[in-house]
Amino acid sequence: MENPLHHFELHPILPLHLFGIDISINKAVIMMWIACGLVLLFFYLATRRASLVPRRLQSVAEKAVEFLRGMAVQNIGPLGHKFFPFIATLFFFVLANNVIGLIPGSYTPTSQIIVTGFFALLVYGVSLVLGFARHGLHFFTVLTPAGTPGWLFPLMIPIEVISQLSRPITLAVRLFANMTAGHIILTVLFSLMLVAPVYLGVFYIGIVPFAMSILIYGLELFVAFIQAYIFTILACVYLGESVKLH
Amino acid sequence: MDASAAGLLGMGIAAAGFAGSGIGIGLIFSKMIEAVARQPAAEAQISKYMWIGFALVEAIALFGMVIAFIIMGLRG
Repeated sequence: MENPLHHFELHPILPLHLFGIDISINKAVIMMWIACGLVLLFFYLATRRASLVPRRLQSVAEKAVEFLRGMAVQNIGPLGHKFFPFIATLFFFVLANNVIGLIPGSYTPTSQIIVTGFFALLVYGVSLVLGFARHGLHFFTVLTPAGTPGWLFPLMIPIEVISQLSRPITLAVRLFANMTAGHIILTVLFSLMLVAPVYLGVFYIGIVPFAMSILIYGLELFVAFIQAYIFTILACVYLGESVKLH
Repeated sequence: MDASAAGLLGMGIAAAGFAGSGIGIGLIFSKMIEAVARQPAAEAQISKYMWIGFALVEAIALFGMVIAFIIMGLRG
């Protein structure tokens, strides 16, 4: 059985170096471009002939945008309208990256921790900048939840610092691990489908892993959507905490 | 014990973290069914939080897989 991690390896298609930094074009980069293109194409087609009574595609786009705007405003408050473009871009880009990997022969850019790590650092950086810009040094009170008695401060502050610092890590690892695990399971089932009949000598036994792979494929499609949603709602919650200070 | 055998065992033990996630997912769905049985009208509201909780619990199990990856990377 071949190594199930083999297809996550990236090899540069077009080696490029800029000031000593490796910016080679590889499969993940091309897939991200395609994902961007797909999102743009979807919204172009949806809004091309925008009418007051939405047609099929337009109503899908409207529902998604309304849902995201509601999520942003509910978690961030009135400032959510300003952050809505950021939140919506994050959601649609992560979603397109997750879903595009399910097409056989393509690649999931979000299965590279550098991609999800950068998304997470961006979200966390924006939340920190927002917090300091709005509250100045008063933002440090985010480390002490409202109503904490003074004698608990030595205990609360280290815990809150750790919980703050673990946010970008968990945000990145959650998306990366979900995407990677799904593709490993699919690879293992597909290899099992080919290998099991040979080892067991029963030809039809390959149907069992094949049937499982269809079920897991459906689960992965669901996971692609739900992880994009989780990533976005957590981004909203973190930004909201920076605005409201608990 | 051979060092490479210890690494393989460690990767297997890291997978044991999935047990906790299994308990968690079971609890989420059992509580969801209980809640809907008590108050069927609230199903839409509860199911939203249920799916968020499901994804969060599932992700915790996958952190175990990340540890297996780290061990695999250290083995070279």
